[in-house]
Amino acid sequence: MREMLDPWPFVWAAYALGIVGTLALVGWSWLAMRRAERRRDGERR
Amino acid sequence: MHGFANPTRFLKLARPLTPWLLGAGFLLTGGALAWGFAAAPAERLQGETVRILYVHVPAAWLGMAGWTAIAGASLAEIVWRHPLAAIAGRAAAVPGAFFAALCLATGSLWGRPAWGTWWEWDGRLTSMLVLLFLYLGYIALAGATAREDGSSRIPAIFGIVGVVNVPIIHFSVLWWSSIHQPPSISTGGSAMAAEFLVPLLVATFGFTLLFAAVVLMRMRALIAETQAEARLRRRARDAG
Repeated sequence: MREMLDPWPFVWAAYALGIVGTLALVGWSWLAMRRAERRRDGERR
Repeated sequence: MHGFANPTRFLKLARPLTPWLLGAGFLLTGGALAWGFAAAPAERLQGETVRILYVHVPAAWLGMAGWTAIAGASLAEIVWRHPLAAIAGRAAAVPGAFFAALCLATGSLWGRPAWGTWWEWDGRLTSMLVLLFLYLGYIALAGATAREDGSSRIPAIFGIVGVVNVPIIHFSVLWWSSIHQPPSISTGGSAMAAEFLVPLLVATFGFTLLFAAVVLMRMRALIAETQAEARLRRRARDAG
């Protein structure tokens, strides 16, 4: 018979991965975009 | 499509669109995840673990949609030689890989309490893992091609060939005996009760808006890098 596991640690872990990972992806993309556009605008001057 | 071939015209649309996609994406995703975590009911058989659905299913959808977008951009690159197609393909690869990895990780977290195992080498799980490897291969190939001034048609061919895995992932649970459940949502309707379906659809839409915002931001970054490098080269040529 399968052991009964407390489901909440698994639910917490899935939400933490989803939220932290998505925030990191969006933040990293934003910073990379800002850096590249600043560099381009710097070259223009 | 060719109306946006000009980067200036594309940027004119992408700049105002990015914050709107981000704002709406965060609002819908945040609301749907809070709903799924705290307000949606537990399921009769799976209990509280069903809440993982609201992260896992959008991640699976975007993992597959990301590669479909790469294949579409690759086709535009090869057939119509659309100038922004290679950039769009490269921009979709990193978020696509992230969501494929998130799908595998959350699936594993769901599988342990629901099936009693973290991993099973069955059709659905294995084909999803193959998708993640395809993404990593594409990212490496497209990056190397751009760095070495190679032809962008090489990663484009890889993008088109790799799309064969997307229907394999989708139909794997029907073609082979699988530990994974068959699809609950199809074009014919949904087998899910509205109390699960509504937050799931909102979460999927919210994550999709965030995915689109990331693709736009990465396209803007790649265009800016290309323009800065072109300017540097021109300056070096003029000086020499």
